[in-house]
Amino acid sequence: MTSDDTTLDASAPWLEVDALIDDPRTRIVVCCGSGGVGKTTTAAALGVRAAERGRKVVVLTIDPARRLAQSMGISELDNVPRQVKGVDESAGGELHAMMLDMKRTFDEIVEGHADAERARAILENPFYQSLSAGFAGTQEYMAMEKLGQLRAGDAWDLIVVDTPPSRSALDFLDAPKRLGSFLDGKFIRVLMAPAKVGGRAGMKFLNVGMSMMTGTLSKLMGGQLLRDVQTFVAAMDTMFGGFRTRADATYRLLQAPGTAFLVVAAPERDALREAAYFVERLAAEQMPLAGLVLNRVHGSGAAQLSAERALAAAEALTEGLPDRVPEDEAAAPEADDDANSSPRDGGSPSAENLEPAGIVDLADGKTGSRTPGGPSPAAAAEHATSPSAPAAQLAAGLLRLHAERMQVLARERRTRDRFTALHPEVPVTEVGALPGDVHDLAGLRTIGDRLALRPGETEV
Amino acid sequence: MSRLHVVSGKGGTGKTTVAAALALALATEGRRTLLVEVEGRQGIAQLFETEALPYEERKIAVAPGGGEVHALAIDAERALLDYLQMFYKLGSAGRALKKLGAIDFATTIAPGLRDVLLTGKACEAVRRKDKSGAFVYDAVVMDAPPTGRVTRFLNVNDEVAGLAKIGPIHNQAQAVMRVLKSPETAVHLVTLLEEMPVQETADGIAELRAAGIPVGGVVINMTRPALLDNGDLEVAARGARAGIAKALSQAGLGGARRGGLAERLIDPLLEQAREHAERVELERTQHAALTDLGLPTYELGLLPEGVDLAGLYGLARDLRKQGPI
Repeated sequence: MTSDDTTLDASAPWLEVDALIDDPRTRIVVCCGSGGVGKTTTAAALGVRAAERGRKVVVLTIDPARRLAQSMGISELDNVPRQVKGVDESAGGELHAMMLDMKRTFDEIVEGHADAERARAILENPFYQSLSAGFAGTQEYMAMEKLGQLRAGDAWDLIVVDTPPSRSALDFLDAPKRLGSFLDGKFIRVLMAPAKVGGRAGMKFLNVGMSMMTGTLSKLMGGQLLRDVQTFVAAMDTMFGGFRTRADATYRLLQAPGTAFLVVAAPERDALREAAYFVERLAAEQMPLAGLVLNRVHGSGAAQLSAERALAAAEALTEGLPDRVPEDEAAAPEADDDANSSPRDGGSPSAENLEPAGIVDLADGKTGSRTPGGPSPAAAAEHATSPSAPAAQLAAGLLRLHAERMQVLARERRTRDRFTALHPEVPVTEVGALPGDVHDLAGLRTIGDRLALRPGETEV
Repeated sequence: MSRLHVVSGKGGTGKTTVAAALALALATEGRRTLLVEVEGRQGIAQLFETEALPYEERKIAVAPGGGEVHALAIDAERALLDYLQMFYKLGSAGRALKKLGAIDFATTIAPGLRDVLLTGKACEAVRRKDKSGAFVYDAVVMDAPPTGRVTRFLNVNDEVAGLAKIGPIHNQAQAVMRVLKSPETAVHLVTLLEEMPVQETADGIAELRAAGIPVGGVVINMTRPALLDNGDLEVAARGARAGIAKALSQAGLGGARRGGLAERLIDPLLEQAREHAERVELERTQHAALTDLGLPTYELGLLPEGVDLAGLYGLARDLRKQGPI
């Protein structure tokens, strides 16, 4: 997946996205990272690219932006994959997409595991309704559950999954385990049958603790809530084995060789710190990390010009300019500029020819005479023939803009270097920043192109 | 004037930074604020460049004019144990509960209990008074979950109140809800001038209003000055290329003739200018969309080198300058 000869720099290998998504052994790609770094867009762009390169792909998104969802035709929440229109299928691929409906996924598990009457009892239980509507962990678990279902169906070459906007990128990894330990917990047993626990003399302390606890809980939550919980737990009891098995299976699925994790980040301190945590965590859990997608990275076609030089040049230009002149005078040169390009100004010299005058003017320091007191006749005459003032102003603006860009570049490089210093083994691909948001297939294709771009290559 | 400021925003918009700046801004002139973190990320400690916050209120900064900012990272587990201790004098039984997984159960799985504990703790700090009957904190600022989850997080008390129809949890939820829905509370949303965060802000405001939770202001974060606009680009497009080349050359950046160093800068520089102008235009549209929301807006400039302590104080100053929040 990585190649040593093409590197971003000495320490970061390049993440070859095309090799990853083309590999028939890659069956699941999980995009994870902190909020606001472009996970959903990355997942969708990978889906489009993989499909147009011939794979049958399904993208599972959790919470896409409305316009992105609309553009993919998945704005209705019906919890089944929908084929995305407008994708080039000439290579034999297809793109399907779906948006996770957490409650419905949960309901389906219940319906699939319990007989009709029991299922109804569970679905109508207030505790269940509240739990399934999205409290801590449910969304993460359901995303993993849906992933398990899609994978088990084996109808897809590749499943690309976007992870929920958790409080921490690590939440979804913990969710299946948390649910598993919850279902295994002694506490559940206590809730279900307080009388059966303990009993033996050696367990006396525990027994006292428990009866005290259930008493406390009853007082705390109100007897009715506790009864609801007990009813729910009892009704779910037969499903627990199923739930646990599924949670375990999903977890193993994430560790399987066909799975590839992509950590998505923006070149900002917090996002990369989160990405570093994630990389460490994946290693600890023996989950296969494919690499880091660094989104919204800025570049410059004029990187040879440093921020300092650009600023100094901008300053030199504005110092020599009548930038404190009254409005009307400042406007005059622009009118001249117009006149120069106007065909009515028959036989006028080209702008190029006029330039030396401006330079001489500036170099001579005559600009000093263009004071707020009003233009001297000489200065006015120069204005009539020279567009250099607006050009210099514009040039100074361009240079300031460039300096800002170079500062952004330097900052992004520093943050990235900090990450690669900690994790030199993690392959990286950088995605150039776009000025606006992406909300159509064309935009996703552009992102896909940038994802797959070899470092140093530029787009055609 | 509100005393509980809940700060939310889409991920990546800098809500922790804004919450901290707001706590500093509200603490000037000898006042005292509490900055509360509810998601266990230790973002406050990182911002104030201190070690991880324990589960206790401690002073983390002084504001100009002698004010103080205190901070608290609320841990749901500890809050539950505290709560049980306060009402039931559990003592060592609390540890037994923990061993059984009851606390874990209650704070991660039990519906909304976690959120009730977190908001409950913040509401308690809002209402806390000292012996003389004065409020201990002039304001409490909460670094809340992101916009997508904030209404559920704040409104969860309603849900719990509906689930637990009697008992102390029910009463607690009711009491918390009374504070959250009163004019004492204001939820502020942090956004960037980008389409998705602005859309989420609009959606979030609608959700909060539907739930009867008072919305405060919109903080537009990380704004950048418009260095060039479409007008300048038009000038460039009207054939000022040669002039720009001359100017660049004159500023010592190389030759202006075709192929000269200065001349070769023009295309990339103009390309950057086009991107910039496009962004400025997008930002203008998003700014208009935010203005249409009819809420007070506050603007905070981008700190190019990232947020450090000095930058944070600067942001607090900028917030204060823009009037009461």
